[in-house]
Amino acid sequence: MSGILNSSIGRKFAMALSALFLMIFLLQHFVINILSVFSPDAFNEVSHFMGTFWAIQYLLQPILIFGVIFHFVMGFVLEIKNNKARQISYAKNNGGANSSWMSRNMIWSGLAILAFIVLHFIDFWIPEINTKYIIGDMTGMHNGEYRYFHELVEKFHSPLRVGAYIIAFVFLALHLLHGFNSAFQSVGANNKYTKGLKTFSKVYAIGIPLGFIFIALFHHLTGH
Amino acid sequence: MNLTLKIWRQKNASDKGSMVDYKVNDISPDMSFLEMLDVLNEQLINKDEEPVAFDHDCREGICGMCSLYINGEAHGPDRGVTTCQLHMRMFKDGDTITIEPFRATAFPVIKDLIVDRTSFDRIQHAGGFISVNTSGNTIDANTIPINKHDADTAFDSATCIGCGACVASCKNSSAMLFVGAKVSQFALLPQGQIEATDRVLNMVKQMDEEGFGNCTNTGACEVECPKGISLENIARMNREYLKASLKG
Ligand code: HEM
Ligand code: SF4
Ligand code: FES
Repeated sequence: MSGILNSSIGRKFAMALSALFLMIFLLQHFVINILSVFSPDAFNEVSHFMGTFWAIQYLLQPILIFGVIFHFVMGFVLEIKNNKARQISYAKNNGGANSSWMSRNMIWSGLAILAFIVLHFIDFWIPEINTKYIIGDMTGMHNGEYRYFHELVEKFHSPLRVGAYIIAFVFLALHLLHGFNSAFQSVGANNKYTKGLKTFSKVYAIGIPLGFIFIALFHHLTGH
Repeated sequence: MNLTLKIWRQKNASDKGSMVDYKVNDISPDMSFLEMLDVLNEQLINKDEEPVAFDHDCREGICGMCSLYINGEAHGPDRGVTTCQLHMRMFKDGDTITIEPFRATAFPVIKDLIVDRTSFDRIQHAGGFISVNTSGNTIDANTIPINKHDADTAFDSATCIGCGACVASCKNSSAMLFVGAKVSQFALLPQGQIEATDRVLNMVKQMDEEGFGNCTNTGACEVECPKGISLENIARMNREYLKASLKG
């Protein structure tokens, strides 16, 4: 087991595990957000639970933050190493003949996602942490009702923010269109289920980002 | 056919090198790509110029010696062929063809279009073998029955000719298709089990030391491989590697 992160395959394996973990997180995030479309009350209840339950706040949240940081730092490490492996580039290279645009540009779609995560943190995470741990208000209340749904709708008033979110979700879809299926190959799963997994990955990679876009547009257009 | 060729010229390993334009006329569509280069070299020799150096040996698609990055693809635009089996009918009269050496830090240019692929040999030496008696009491391979599926799959992996097109095509210059094939051809057979743990660990270690990149699963290697070696070989190597890491 020693020094597995020092080998190419070990690094790829760790990259894939962190990515698969993020895929589960993303699904969970989506399920909670879509509640906001159907039932503001349910969305409020779940948000309050997620925001105050100790195991989520002090156990899962740090794991998630570590997972995200690990994933993009490892993404940079791999990118640097891979660039070193070919110092003189081709005068003419026809990459489109043998591979998808998504697969060749994971670092760029990844960087777009990273920019989005920064924006998303400033929008939602930092105000949350500020209210809960700096101001010390753990009630989740504002003017006699839960504040979560209200804050969400407020944020999606701005067409600029909605636009930025939509662009980010398009990049997320591009990242996942190659990445999700790639992660299975990285952990060595290439077998009779591969065809099914490919289809499942495609549905997820397009469906989840599209769902997030729908949620943002829904609140923007309806105003509630 | 009359063609314009843009060819990478480099005197030796330390020369900087550059692309140089050449014209060749009256090329038959039935010629192989290497025969077309032979015509060019004859022209150059007659003009007292230095001929273009390129690798070749069998010229029948089995040795893996010929290389070349042609119009942005390893072994050119055709599928499932080496450069010696690429024919000029894949091109049109008046075409401009760009010809470069395989590019990878682990494949340094020796001269013109010839690159040093001994890094592959060193990976093989690190573990791409089995230990059996070959003199005196040679054991018949068929004494151990092997089911047909495994035998066929191992054979498919063993058809890798070590040409390096996978490395040349990969945006990361990763050698994982080659190493995956070399690990797989033994991993699937009982004869390969004795050294299985050391084999995959040592070959991957050597691959990393040679400076090949990491796999992003773009699949470019599989498409450009003249022998149709599939990505399953990389997945199998990854499994073998994990198994071996957990053991040792
Ligand atoms: C935070 C910014 C991010 C960056 C900079 C980034 C970067 C990368 C890079 C460079 C790769 C390719 C690695 C390779 O060469 O194999 C990759 C793979 C991947 N990423 Fe990301 N990524 C980010 C966020 C995400 C997120 C949020 C998700 C999912 C929700 C995700 C899912 C994946 C998946 C599934 C893979 C494929 C893993 C594999 O091939 O084994 N990434 N990422
Ligand atoms: S895997 Fe295919 S492309 Fe790579 S060295 Fe073997 S035969 Fe050549
Ligand atoms: S010269 Fe032997 S494979 Fe092309």
